[in-house]
Amino acid sequence: MTEILAKSIASTLAAGTPLALAGLGLLVNERLGVINLGAEGLMLVAAITGYAVGVHTGSVWLAFCAGALAAALLAAVFGWLVVWLNANQYATGLATSLFGAGFSAFVGVDYVGRQLPWPADVPDPAASLWRIAFLDHHALVFVAIALAPALWLLFWRTRTGLVLRAVGESPDAAHALGYPVRRIRFAAVLAGGALCGLAGAYMSLVQPRLWAEGMVQGGGWIALALTVFATWRPARLVFGAYLFGGVRVLELTLQGQGVHVPSQFMSMLPYLSTVVVLCLISRNPAWIRLNMPASLGKPFFASQ
Amino acid sequence: MTLLSPILALSITVLVAGTLFIALDKDPVRALSLFLVKPFQGTWNLTELGLKITPLILCSLGLALCFRANVWNIGAEGQFVFGAIGGGGLAMWVTTHGVEVSRWGFFPFVIVAGALAGAAWAAAVAYCKDRFHANEILVSLMLVYVANLFLTWLVVDPWKDPAGWGMPKTVSFAASTTIPRMFPGMRLHWGLPLALLAAAAMWMFLFRTFKGNQLQIGGLAPAAARYAGFSPRAALWTTLLTSGALAGVAGAFEVVGPSGQLNQGAASGYGFTAIVVAFVGRLNPIGCVLASILLSAFRRGGELAQGMQIPPALTGVFEGVLLVTMLVCDTFIHHRVRFGNGGPAAAASSRPTP
Repeated sequence: MTEILAKSIASTLAAGTPLALAGLGLLVNERLGVINLGAEGLMLVAAITGYAVGVHTGSVWLAFCAGALAAALLAAVFGWLVVWLNANQYATGLATSLFGAGFSAFVGVDYVGRQLPWPADVPDPAASLWRIAFLDHHALVFVAIALAPALWLLFWRTRTGLVLRAVGESPDAAHALGYPVRRIRFAAVLAGGALCGLAGAYMSLVQPRLWAEGMVQGGGWIALALTVFATWRPARLVFGAYLFGGVRVLELTLQGQGVHVPSQFMSMLPYLSTVVVLCLISRNPAWIRLNMPASLGKPFFASQ
Repeated sequence: MTLLSPILALSITVLVAGTLFIALDKDPVRALSLFLVKPFQGTWNLTELGLKITPLILCSLGLALCFRANVWNIGAEGQFVFGAIGGGGLAMWVTTHGVEVSRWGFFPFVIVAGALAGAAWAAAVAYCKDRFHANEILVSLMLVYVANLFLTWLVVDPWKDPAGWGMPKTVSFAASTTIPRMFPGMRLHWGLPLALLAAAAMWMFLFRTFKGNQLQIGGLAPAAARYAGFSPRAALWTTLLTSGALAGVAGAFEVVGPSGQLNQGAASGYGFTAIVVAFVGRLNPIGCVLASILLSAFRRGGELAQGMQIPPALTGVFEGVLLVTMLVCDTFIHHRVRFGNGGPAAAASSRPTP
């Protein structure tokens, strides 16, 4: 029993990490007033870039860097459009998602079914349950968890964070104080894009460790939903991400136990729970308005 | 002015495509002609193009209506799939129960079944938004995945053809249920004229009726609309149900028309391409028809290009590039962009505007 529990915790952490990374990246964007509906596309582009670089160079770290860089590059195009040219954030984000899906499918044709040159991490069977549950993980799992308090410190306990939040809550005020609103927002879009990229690369390089067309399977959209669920707080976001990781694991465990529910209905769970969670959390519009960064989705025009 | 941006975007997309073909070591002129010229040559290619235009027009009309009312329904794909399930389910029932129908007599039932199923799926989005204020972008997109999984379940389990060697598909529908064809020997069916009629009707509704005007004001200036007493809830339900019904009809046409059976291929990405169509068509019904022609040529080109060892996924790249470049062009056409240090207030106020 404890062994099943330990393994469930381990798989939950592994499954929730891409959601946590991408969600934190999007949270940084949204705290500064930019909503990036292109997350799914960024993750897909990062997943295939990381995978391709991994296959050709055999270096894990190079693969992760390439993935993050590719996503940041695409995010830069998005950021240039919405931050500097004030294009509609929704339309531009959708375009980024569509482009990312098409581009990754196109580039990825040659990589379907190819193997990564390094062996997968096989957990040590002799390890203690404590180790299996909490310690034997990919480094990014710890990065994702550590990012939550780090971002909290940055946003709510430093002067920089105060400026960052001001840019998201009242860009006009920040502008009047002399802060370069657009540059700050653009930097945030790049950082958020890189985090989405790490999440995408994690999916193709660590778990489930393969490339297939559209393999992110809505992870980017679920991460977007998580930012609402978390009411734009980092710790709540990471908690939510692992809750969703848990839903994934529950789905697989129930199937393993031979529960007689068609697998398709099990696979619906993450999507349906996203809808349910969104409904529950948005029920009170006043509460959402209280927590949402005030300038979210609105372009910034420097008044003369 | 409204036409400038899509035309400019198309030119840039063609340039990007040409560069891509050169990078892939393919003859750019020949490859490009597969996407832009070949789909319009010959009766067979033209009718096949018409087959792709039909669902794109229907889906994009609904999306244009939604986007004009500031309702961000991006789940047309899911509503398309449910329409396919509705229309396909009805055709399957008629086939397996041996009900005698005539092609023209059954056609209206296909439309109604598709519209109801698509609208029902869109109603879920409207309900979540209306009752719980849940973000319609995320809800409609999540429901696409759910709809696809539901379709998969139907064709691998309860609706599977018992004589289909375990293939995930339903029985082939009786010939009497399929949509009447326009020309003998061609797959193009009477759905295309209906889609064009729908575009005309949507144009009348948007630009010649009070209700249509109300919806657009609700999208442009929500506060003004509220002050005028226009109900945002009515706008939400009207736009979502209409676009769901249109996407559903498109889905039903697809399976009861050229496909003749329900399988996993019913989810063909038309609902996502329709987003590009709606924007490139400037959210205008007539523009949507024109953009549908262009984007179905891209899709058909993707099929034709396989002969040149070019992966069909390239179509998706072109769609993305087209939409991105159009948004860029829009900005440059509608705004005067000043490049400079872009710094804070001081930079702007120090120089008087000429």
